[in-house]
Amino acid sequence: MRYAMAVDTKKCVGCNDCVVACQTENDVPIGHCRDWIVEVTTGTYPDLQLEIRSERCNHCANAPCVRTCPTEASHYAAGGIVLVEESECIGCKACITSCPYDARFVHPEGYIDKCTFCAHRVEKGQNPACVSVCPTHAMIFGDLDDPNSDISKAMATRKWKSLIPEAGTDPKVFYLL
Amino acid sequence: MKPIMNRREFIKIASVGAGSLAFATPLFDFSKGEILAPDVHPGMYSKRTPTYCEICFWKCAGWVHTNDKGKIWKITGNDDDPHSNGRLCPRGTGGVGMYSDEDRLKTPLIRTGERGKQVFREASWDEAFTLIADGLKKIAEEHGPECVALFTHGSGGKYFGDLLKAYGSKNIAAPSYAQCRGPREVGFIATFGEGVQSPERVDIRDTRCLVLIGSHFGENMHNGPVQEIAQATEKGASIITVDPRFSTVASKSKFWLPIKPATDMALLLAWMHVIINEDLYDKKYVEKYTYGFEDLKAHVAQMTPEWAYGFTTIKPEVIRETAREMANASPRVIIHPGRHVTWYGDDSQRLRAVAMLNAILGSWGRRGGFFYPAKVPLKSFPHPAFPKPARSWKDAFPGKYKLAGLALASGICDATVPTTERDCSFKAWIINGTNLIHTLPDQANTLKAIDALDLMVVVDTMPMEITGYADVILPECTYLERYDNIRVGPHREPTIALRMPAADPKYNTKPAWWMAKGIADKMGLGHYFPWKDIEEKLDWELKQVGTSLTEMKRLGVKKYQRETDDYLYPMENLDDFEFYTNTGKIELFSTAMEDEGYDPLPKYTAHEEPPYGYYRLIYGRAPMHTFSRTANNPLLTDLMDENSVWVNPKIAKEWDLKNDQYVWLENQDGIVSKTPIKVRITERIRFDSVYMVHGFGHTSNKLTRAHGRGASDADLITRVHIDPVMGGTGMRGNFITFRFEAGKEVAS
Ligand code: SF4
Ligand code: SF4
Ligand code: SF4
Repeated sequence: MRYAMAVDTKKCVGCNDCVVACQTENDVPIGHCRDWIVEVTTGTYPDLQLEIRSERCNHCANAPCVRTCPTEASHYAAGGIVLVEESECIGCKACITSCPYDARFVHPEGYIDKCTFCAHRVEKGQNPACVSVCPTHAMIFGDLDDPNSDISKAMATRKWKSLIPEAGTDPKVFYLL
Repeated sequence: MKPIMNRREFIKIASVGAGSLAFATPLFDFSKGEILAPDVHPGMYSKRTPTYCEICFWKCAGWVHTNDKGKIWKITGNDDDPHSNGRLCPRGTGGVGMYSDEDRLKTPLIRTGERGKQVFREASWDEAFTLIADGLKKIAEEHGPECVALFTHGSGGKYFGDLLKAYGSKNIAAPSYAQCRGPREVGFIATFGEGVQSPERVDIRDTRCLVLIGSHFGENMHNGPVQEIAQATEKGASIITVDPRFSTVASKSKFWLPIKPATDMALLLAWMHVIINEDLYDKKYVEKYTYGFEDLKAHVAQMTPEWAYGFTTIKPEVIRETAREMANASPRVIIHPGRHVTWYGDDSQRLRAVAMLNAILGSWGRRGGFFYPAKVPLKSFPHPAFPKPARSWKDAFPGKYKLAGLALASGICDATVPTTERDCSFKAWIINGTNLIHTLPDQANTLKAIDALDLMVVVDTMPMEITGYADVILPECTYLERYDNIRVGPHREPTIALRMPAADPKYNTKPAWWMAKGIADKMGLGHYFPWKDIEEKLDWELKQVGTSLTEMKRLGVKKYQRETDDYLYPMENLDDFEFYTNTGKIELFSTAMEDEGYDPLPKYTAHEEPPYGYYRLIYGRAPMHTFSRTANNPLLTDLMDENSVWVNPKIAKEWDLKNDQYVWLENQDGIVSKTPIKVRITERIRFDSVYMVHGFGHTSNKLTRAHGRGASDADLITRVHIDPVMGGTGMRGNFITFRFEAGKEVAS
């Protein structure tokens, strides 16, 4: 089982609903976020393109944060989800430095926090909070090892990219183009 | 939904390391349906109560989840609701912040200092009600009850409306009419005999071609339409976006027409020219249902794409190509009527042209065009008939705004400023949930009107600018802490939705129904509110439509069958149909307009262009904010805490502007923004215009997060082009230039 997420850049309107849903669902402290929106404009008026993406931790299969964590607080959970065990985190920030996606932050309580792929919801057979709220259904979550999952089907039929592939982290968040 | 991971696998995760995921015992009674069992936070069960959202007019139904400590945790959509389809928009999801905002109004306040200076003392509810009741009684005796007006936006307005009617006035105005969608209703009523209504009766879900003129869905986060646009485009529908700005939806469109602002009418007429001249219109439909086609044909004969090019800067071949794109999709095409259509003062006529274009393409009453909405016939709890007022706001404007269908907020404001021409001006305002300082254009005029009032009552949840001018402030609890009337939004399927309190009101705040009833009691009008409390009223009303408060608490939303299913698209099979117009037909030539002395066919008029060194002020929305009311919401300000002014790089170079630099904006009348605004240099805006998001630039220092953040477009809209047909306030005819220091006026 390999959990992954795909964000459809054709559908995402950058509304930030995924961001605020994550904040309420996971009680993310004000001033921090586990997911965020990136907008990239190219061209000159009036020949323009705009790509909008909802970004978060990539739950990399080859995760530098897990590798650099001295206490093993950062670890792989079932399905390849990368989690931080709060009680074991000493707040040394090695993982923050090593993450090429800038996905982690220091929680005001001292430990390192980031997207969990909403493991607590996934366990219940639910989609992550951000996926389940998105008004345009721009996000798909599922198991890459199941060829019949929506995400496997989308990735088989659509063009896609992942972010900073040259970092060799084997990210599990994909952007449908 | 198919489970993504089963329970056993999850336990495995827990044992791998995420050991914090324990299971608490339920604290709530399952049998009451209170538990949202499958949706639990680690170690936390949640109770859910039904609500419908109050952040915008779309009123999506959802669930408020409270944790085991009774604290409001999150709000999610109700799957059975056609407004939200189980998904709220960012503002609805962030509605929790409205409840937790510590800047909220907390207790009744009575003004002790000068108006506008924000000097108040705390009062008891009884004292506040007595002051209001005495004031209203005095005005009724001296001037008549018709000299009192209510401004409202939101659910609570219903109860204050009843109070006003019981008192003897019908002057109930919502800025959503004259400042927003009024011209659209008038233009469509003149054409089809019926308005577009809210939620809009557009069948985006099944359309093949959607035309958006100055509507920036996605940024303007209307939940239903945004969802349906995504659905329609997935099925291959094309979007044509007309906008001087490369909006989010423009970036998703097959065609983006970067039109020169204020020339949309020329484009609409040229489109009609092409569709008629190339024989692309829906002949059968036009023949059977419309009146005045030949007049229209003659009217647009000279209005070629080449003619329109001169005004719009849209290439003739693009006008032809997009007209054909619409015709190919016909009748499954929507030229969207939009919302907030008060632009240049000829808006009713522009929206007439939009309606006519839809008419010749045959989209009204057809699948993928405009559907016929259905509504549950909910009766109100019986009460004695309200007295008939002797006068209305319209008497203040003899011979003007003849097609206005609802009271004009701006009209009432104008009729409050005393003049020698009127024998009576308005003497008292009750304002519920609308921050008139930011809502009405021409602030100086609003302040003049406020100055002339004997009594001003503000009911709000937040210390908005307008509350600073009140004589009495009544703190309303948020929608998460109260019951309100049943939602009966017309839609494809008729539904009702319940809002009930998810928590006790914080501080000394109260629901509007309680306030209106309390004031009525004090005034001897209690018999107009003959129910003991709102639960009794709602239960009675619900029982009339075959349900009950108990059932609705469990369901949140109840769907009803349409009476006749085929009526959803009554023109689909070209049956006989009579429209509510003078001729009983869709009027391409409007007899109603002609009768009242307005142009029966819309004309193109050129609008003023920005003077040298000035740029047209275009304003709009960001998805995470609604009006100025969300600007202090902790969750939503966390997403966006100030606006910026969008400037084309060419213009930025001329002015030597840098990204993120703060500037002041000055309009053509020398009015300078009270606060500075950040520059955003972007190719996404034309060189003759600037753009900013509405709702920022708060001057109330009681809004700790919003105070002084960004600038207010409303401050800069001092020139208003009034629509002669219905009194709409055209607000896009203002021009700004850049200033590098503050104006003389200091922010209050
Ligand atoms: S909720 Fe959906 S549409 Fe909105 S920003 Fe997130 S991914 Fe994009
Ligand atoms: S998966 Fe969950 S934790 Fe991650 S961004 Fe989405 S809502 Fe937040
Ligand atoms: S669209 Fe958003 S703000 Fe409007 S009612 Fe729905 S959830 Fe609330």
